[in-house]
Amino acid sequence: MSTILETRGLTRTFGAVVAAKDLNVRIDHGEIVGVIGSNGAGKTTFINMVTGYLPPSGGDILFDSRSVLGLAPREITRRGMARSFQVAQLFPQLTVIENALISLVAAEGPWPSFLRPLDTPERRAHAEAILEDFGVTPYRDAVTSTVPQGARKLVDIAMALVSNPRMLLLDEPTSGVSVEEKCPLMDTVMAVVRKHGVTVLFVEHDMEIVARYVTRIMAFYSGEIIADGSPRSVLGDAKVQELVIGHHFDLDLLGEPA
Amino acid sequence: MNITNRLKSTEVTVSALAALLAAGAFLMPAWLSFLLTLALAKALVVLGVVLQMRAGLVSFGQALFYCIGGYGVGLGAQSLGIADAFALLALGTAAAVLLALICGFLLTRYREIFFAMLTLALSMILYGVLVKSSALGSTDGFNVAPPSFLGWVPEGDARKQAVYLLTVVIAAAAVIGFNRYLKSGLGRVMEAIRENEIRVDYLGLSPRRLLFANYVFAAAISALGGGLTAIASGHIDPDMAFWATSGEFVFIAILGGTGHVAAPFIGAIVFSVIRTFAIQEAPHTWQMALGLVLIALILFLPKGLWSLVSRKHTKAGNTPAAKEATA
Repeated sequence: MSTILETRGLTRTFGAVVAAKDLNVRIDHGEIVGVIGSNGAGKTTFINMVTGYLPPSGGDILFDSRSVLGLAPREITRRGMARSFQVAQLFPQLTVIENALISLVAAEGPWPSFLRPLDTPERRAHAEAILEDFGVTPYRDAVTSTVPQGARKLVDIAMALVSNPRMLLLDEPTSGVSVEEKCPLMDTVMAVVRKHGVTVLFVEHDMEIVARYVTRIMAFYSGEIIADGSPRSVLGDAKVQELVIGHHFDLDLLGEPA
Repeated sequence: MNITNRLKSTEVTVSALAALLAAGAFLMPAWLSFLLTLALAKALVVLGVVLQMRAGLVSFGQALFYCIGGYGVGLGAQSLGIADAFALLALGTAAAVLLALICGFLLTRYREIFFAMLTLALSMILYGVLVKSSALGSTDGFNVAPPSFLGWVPEGDARKQAVYLLTVVIAAAAVIGFNRYLKSGLGRVMEAIRENEIRVDYLGLSPRRLLFANYVFAAAISALGGGLTAIASGHIDPDMAFWATSGEFVFIAILGGTGHVAAPFIGAIVFSVIRTFAIQEAPHTWQMALGLVLIALILFLPKGLWSLVSRKHTKAGNTPAAKEATA
């Protein structure tokens, strides 16, 4: 399998705090990678650097073997790497379908689509199909700020997927969502992601959720990756259990090894 | 009703209203057509303010472009000897676009109060320069000779009627054109920028570049309003760039609302009528009447006079058109 994302010696410091320390990561096409780590371990810093939001202090980032260092988020998005946010980044005063329509017109890229009306029948049909995929059709015409948190997280991810990215970075897709809703939400997301054949990296605090969906786990601890491998090996790692999970993790919860 | 039909129905309504206003040129008293000419010209300037408000930016210096449009017409007539109204308006507008292309680089870096104060500062620089320029009449400004219209030089009443008709036609064209703009992908993305710039960036678009384009459009339409004002009133002076003039444009923008391209036109006409009668009834305290109107508006109609129209739509049925109008 070929590498889609690679970081070489990626480092970021905030004053005396080292948020990322010499990160060397290789992610292959089609992988579903879970990122775990306590708050402040450097997970979001990693995503922010890779997507161009935060300039690294050192190192290089290669997406599809080309450096994306110094590119703006919009340029990285156009190369095929999209992200969602820990706190859903939406257009709160617009309706859910308008959020989707604007994502579509942006992805169409932008001229001459920009000159035509936003809400054409073709674009609306496309936007409705996207909302259907994510199960948020009931909120189609609701003002986005009024819909429940879970639906907003889904809209956020839907907007990231509209540009047909080859890689998707999900920053805590289930944060702020009740425990019972977490699995259904992830099931919905992963079903769409599999349909699109996207490589996924997602940050998650709930170990059962992580173990359920990923093919690989990276454990962050104070800016470093202390374990990287199959869910079984990482979650069974004594150091990870001590520093990241904080308790013994029962590997039986993972079920049979694949 | 889909978007194309909705656009068409708006355009038919606007054309019909414009035809009605145009027919009125020969029926209404001269003072009324003059008031309407100035109100419509002012509405074009306010449209520039509204375009930016929809993108989340309040321009407290739109008088900069109003003044450039006016002085472009005045100087074109006086110094370059251009007589044609269309050429003069094009000159004033082109000058404003040029200036906006320069100022835009600086301004699109700023948001909120910083943007507002910078626009104000730029307009006051122009005011300061004009006040000190004795060649341009300093604080008195200078008179603008009556222009010709594609070779036709109207006399007497016909002159005022011609200016009025030109203003009505340009206003109608602006409403139709900018209605399409506001409903287009680009126009709607401006609202998205107001709502969340980070997301717009992560959708693959540059908020700065788009705001730059919007700023230039706003400058062009405001300059056109300034040019028409210069032709209609036959006089220009540095007060056109004064901060209180910009404040008036913001006032009208709030009065009309930002919900629709027609809102600034309703706002400007209502404003002109209120001010005319307020000055007549209370020559020394007329500003107080405007102040009270503003307070009442913020209390009862925070989305401006346009919300009276869109509210009616919503009651008539929860149609997408109504929703779009209130968006």
